[in-house]
Amino acid sequence: MSGNVIRTAPPHAGSTAYINARIVDPVANAEYLGAVLISDGRIADFGPNLFASGAPYGIQSVDCGGLYLAPGIVDARVHTGEPGEEHKETLESAGIAAAAGGITSMVLLPDNDPPFDDASLIEFVARRARQIKLTNMYAYAALTVGLEGQHLSEMGLLAEAGALAFTDADHAIGNAQVLRRALYYAKAFDALIIHLPQEPTLSGGNMTSGEMATRMGLSGSPPLAEVMLVERDIRLVEMTGGRLHLTKISTAESVKAIAAAKARGLRITCDTAPAYFALNDLAVGDYRTFGKLMPPLRSESDRLAVVQGLADGTIDTIVSDHRPQDQDSKRVPFAQALPGGIGLETLLPVSLDLVHNRQLTLPQLFRRLSTAPAALLNLPGGKLAKGAPADLVVFDTDYAYKIDRDDLWSKTKNSPFDERPVQGRVMATIVAGRTIYREDSFADKAAAA
Amino acid sequence: MTKNSAGVPRLPHLLGIEGLSPETISGLLDLSETYIDQNRSIDKRRDKLAGRTVINLFFENSTRTRTSFEVAAKRLGSDVINMDVATSSVKKGETLLDTAMTLNAMRPDAIVVRHAESGAVNLLSQKVNCTVINAGDGQHEHPTQALLDALAIRRRLGSLQGLLVAICGDIMHSRVARSNIHLLQIMGARVRVVGPPTLMPTDIDRMGVEVHYNMRTGLKDVDIVMMLRLQTERMQGSFVPSISEYFRFYGLDHEKLKFAKPNALVMHPGPMNRGVEIDSEVADDLDRSIIHEQVEMGVAVRMACLDALIGGQRNSMGVTI
Repeated sequence: MSGNVIRTAPPHAGSTAYINARIVDPVANAEYLGAVLISDGRIADFGPNLFASGAPYGIQSVDCGGLYLAPGIVDARVHTGEPGEEHKETLESAGIAAAAGGITSMVLLPDNDPPFDDASLIEFVARRARQIKLTNMYAYAALTVGLEGQHLSEMGLLAEAGALAFTDADHAIGNAQVLRRALYYAKAFDALIIHLPQEPTLSGGNMTSGEMATRMGLSGSPPLAEVMLVERDIRLVEMTGGRLHLTKISTAESVKAIAAAKARGLRITCDTAPAYFALNDLAVGDYRTFGKLMPPLRSESDRLAVVQGLADGTIDTIVSDHRPQDQDSKRVPFAQALPGGIGLETLLPVSLDLVHNRQLTLPQLFRRLSTAPAALLNLPGGKLAKGAPADLVVFDTDYAYKIDRDDLWSKTKNSPFDERPVQGRVMATIVAGRTIYREDSFADKAAAA
Repeated sequence: MTKNSAGVPRLPHLLGIEGLSPETISGLLDLSETYIDQNRSIDKRRDKLAGRTVINLFFENSTRTRTSFEVAAKRLGSDVINMDVATSSVKKGETLLDTAMTLNAMRPDAIVVRHAESGAVNLLSQKVNCTVINAGDGQHEHPTQALLDALAIRRRLGSLQGLLVAICGDIMHSRVARSNIHLLQIMGARVRVVGPPTLMPTDIDRMGVEVHYNMRTGLKDVDIVMMLRLQTERMQGSFVPSISEYFRFYGLDHEKLKFAKPNALVMHPGPMNRGVEIDSEVADDLDRSIIHEQVEMGVAVRMACLDALIGGQRNSMGVTI
């Protein structure tokens, strides 16, 4: 079980057909056996009847052997250590991990050192992505200068430089006046604001409040620290008419509040991460610091509510929330450990649990992983459409194995899913027609490409 | 699980009370009894642990517990090294695990650890190949304190079974409270926790205890009143408005003690804040307070723990048999 990241492939030219694939079309909400034709890096055609009797002579063809093919994942929440903490993760090592994870576009958080509150840093990410030649990379800009929650960043200039949205990453904006002004000001550019709703004065604990925290003698962050800010933010959106995306929703009460706000027609969207629909606070038992995340892992009933929110569409998108931490940050007493877990390579296999458990269909899952985040951020990928970039992922939903942190490509190994049995594996990742990652067992079939 | 000479099931470490069996606890208490007589005789020293090395590694200041462990180890003939962490390389930035690995390389038989963070002792135990004894980790557990409390109660009242015990005061910041809740319930006692709501940890009732916010109902008909120290040093922000208000409503004086059973015993793990959580008249009342017996039991219990964990013979691989 191993694969290769391919960085030398030239830009895609000519035509390539991926035939005999189970196509997942999240826009049409359909799943069928068919083919996709790529021309010069873009999707030229696709459908159940395309090349039903084999690809025409002269076109390169890849027989997918009945594996699934879907729009590549658009991961809208990734932190790397570059610039500032390159020993944890570089844009290059993150690009490699993303390629192995079926991610064809990723968006970087601005909480680096220095933080992305200056246009030059947004341009820096774009330049590095062109050099690395793997997954597409974009960046968010800081919502406030220095991520300090006080003064608005230069939203207009940053947007011109290519910032996709504005966020203070894992720092919540405690001051309602600052967020109110930001939502108002962003309207001038129709800019999206992404906010982590955790009331700062209540969310300083080491894990979620409750019996586990009490038994372990750790300070707790109550789940209501989340819904308090969700409810405040809903009022601010109502007042300002701004566009707000709430991130890492982890509690039942938040899901309920957001569903009600959407029903009232407010411009609010939200995401969650695999940790919040696949794990609960038992995962930090025995003081396991890999399970220390922000927000903290919640109770089983909150986890079930997040799954329900994904199933009924209250939660729009799934993000990896990739946050590398080295041993010095994790092999310390729990209270001293830094929060965060890596997630690029486990995003698809862990999310496929939702399909295996019949909580989502494959097209519904890829709507949350690919189509919806691309639409939210106005990115060209994330869907099967004629003329769209040929950003695709080929995967096997039957492949069963145990996640082993030492098998992961990421520079640090702090996966909260280490040793978890999963079913599903990326076989190939294709960006603009170029294959950037290929599992060995798929290599023979794809050799022609 | 093998048994040692005293018939106590062999444990690799003593990290906490949670999960111990009633047999293990009874075995440790029985073994402790044998050391009380030794400690009261003129010749206090035996060589049961001769040749063994015990390191006291205290990351948090402690005079009482460290001295108690030191006396216990020496009375069994063990060599004892006290790591003064204030002057060690920990202050120079060495991590907990580096310290653990360094000490481990000196091949001690046991490391007795106190640390300000919950779970730090568990972490350390995973990285060394000697026995680790938890002498208090953050707000998590303090197992030898619970054992010595149990021994003091058992010697006065014969058994823990069926007793009603009130643990009062700063429950939230107390590892003593957590270890005692586990131990008392394992041994068949019923436990109440009494204190202001701000010092009650979330969902503490799910640990099987009754929660009371006032001393009148909390102490009603109890056999034992365990007072806890108000741990102002662990408090970030305001949990109680003032010391005088705290003493008025939660400090144990004879007035409040009247709610308990007529002969109810009073305990405190020390060090006491007189006039904060306990009135001197109660603390020094020899008919009710067994606070000094607790200290005496502490040495015997720690001798028993060391004996049970690192006593006995060893094979050539260093494994105790």
